[in-house]
Amino acid sequence: MFAVRFHGRGGQGVVTAAELLAAAAFREDRYAQAFPSFGSERMGAPVMSFCRIDDKPIRTREPVTEPDALLIQDPTLLHQADLFDGLTADGYVLVNSAKGAVAPDQPRYRAIPASRLAIAHLGRPLPGAPMLGGLAALTGVVSLDAVVAALNERFTGKVAAGNVAAAIAAYELIAEVSTNA
Amino acid sequence: MLKQIEGSRAVAEAVAASRPQVICAYPITPQTHIVEALGAMVKKGELNAAFLNVESEFAAMSAVIGAAATGARAYTATASQGLLYMSEAVYNAAGLGLPIVMTVANRAIGAPINIWNDHSDAMSQRDAGWIQLYAETNQEAADLHVQAFKLAEQLSNPVMVCMDGFLLTHASERVDVPEQDQVDVFLPSYEPRQVLDPDDPVSIGAMVGPEAFTEVRFLAHERMRQALDLIPDVAADFRQWFGRDSGGLVKPYRTDDAELVVVALGSVLGTVKDAVDELRAEGIRVGALGITTFRPFPVQAVRAALDGDHRLRRVVVLERALAPGSGGIVTADLRAALTHETVNGTIIDTVVTGLGGRPVTKKSLRQLLGRAVLGDLPEFSFLDLNTGLVEAELARMRATRRSGPSAENLLRDLG
Repeated sequence: MFAVRFHGRGGQGVVTAAELLAAAAFREDRYAQAFPSFGSERMGAPVMSFCRIDDKPIRTREPVTEPDALLIQDPTLLHQADLFDGLTADGYVLVNSAKGAVAPDQPRYRAIPASRLAIAHLGRPLPGAPMLGGLAALTGVVSLDAVVAALNERFTGKVAAGNVAAAIAAYELIAEVSTNA
Repeated sequence: MLKQIEGSRAVAEAVAASRPQVICAYPITPQTHIVEALGAMVKKGELNAAFLNVESEFAAMSAVIGAAATGARAYTATASQGLLYMSEAVYNAAGLGLPIVMTVANRAIGAPINIWNDHSDAMSQRDAGWIQLYAETNQEAADLHVQAFKLAEQLSNPVMVCMDGFLLTHASERVDVPEQDQVDVFLPSYEPRQVLDPDDPVSIGAMVGPEAFTEVRFLAHERMRQALDLIPDVAADFRQWFGRDSGGLVKPYRTDDAELVVVALGSVLGTVKDAVDELRAEGIRVGALGITTFRPFPVQAVRAALDGDHRLRRVVVLERALAPGSGGIVTADLRAALTHETVNGTIIDTVVTGLGGRPVTKKSLRQLLGRAVLGDLPEFSFLDLNTGLVEAELARMRATRRSGPSAENLLRDLG
């Protein structure tokens, strides 16, 4: 079982990102479960979503409290005290930030300018696709191909192309950092 | 077709494959995605049905009653306050014997207002005369809808398919969505027992006085008795056509030689099964019993599942709704089923859990079952109750007459 917790703000596509990760895992013939944190979400309010990936059917319905990876789509959330709650000892953290590495000595913690990549390729600051590209590079829990396929299934035309390009760019950025490290 | 799909969408596709002719919809969280998807299918011409946007849930149920009375296959969906608002018509649909299928995306009932999941809504309508089926997974939720149309139409009785709001409706998971050609074979076209037909006029909805009201009600009870036979048959038929187990009356899980059995309805069974497996690995003889059909209550099936082994000492009922002043709703039925004839001294404990969206965690379940095995569980309790929070409010109420609204006080205490 690999569990991911997404943190972001209402309107950033946090729920969609979790669903896309599940769709990518499904394409690789794995079982996946994605669900939102079920608040009465409003634009801009902190929101969470979850994704579990496993080789066998997933039965549990509880929220992810011990994530193997945290995807933080909005760096202003870093001030929340409980953001890292339950992160496993060898867990991964990917932060959407243009400021570079969060902890250069910790290879599992990475920052990626996901909003900037989304603006460049998609024309809108929706960080979901590049965050998933980055997650694929950082963890290998799903392949970049599966992420791209999930994006192409969910979106069409320019939106699909922009999301795919942003995801690939993010994947390459993280892969490059990991190679240099 | 095997898909990674949101539960609501899977249900919408299963309903569409059942070829409903009239769909009435009024939006309420967390049911809305289902009828939104169906509305889009009708608009695109993928589904040949009349889609009625009505002005309230009362109108939604009233309109499907009218549609069903003309011989149409009719469907609606609701949740929570919406179910309460249509309640009078819900009783009428059953009283008239009209085979409507309705999804209830289970959600708490206010006050305090709460959009999250528990079973308060469906439980409030348990004696309305509808068959009530509770889905454990989105696969089962989709499958139960196909079965529900068949059950409803064969019995001429409405069926409510209950699926946990958000936990199922908003969860994306792997679902083998029933295919149109399979559903077409499984589900024959609807032949109404009664129909408003200008060429052969009848009236439906007579006023019935003391001379026959009891007998009409007897027949409602008789339809439910027939349902107890039909539900397993339809599930077996479904297995034959679709190759998987969905529906039925009850689902025992590792109950053989169990000393302790957890009884539950709906999606919490997934987490319960994980807890059961962990405890079994530690040598603790625990099992689970899922009740898929809550109305009619499957007395014999429950007895057979819980009474087969003399080693059973204790049953823990997880209640996803509270009957204030009484306790557990499922417990009452279970107790009646077990004490009428039998039960070698089995102790039944009630645990109210997962109200208004509070997560039911494996960790808490394991602690609970650990206590239950040791006989250290009270007859009635709440799982994960914040006792400090309620005691502070009780103290305030003792100290001051005008202590103010409790809900607001509790939220203020939480900061």
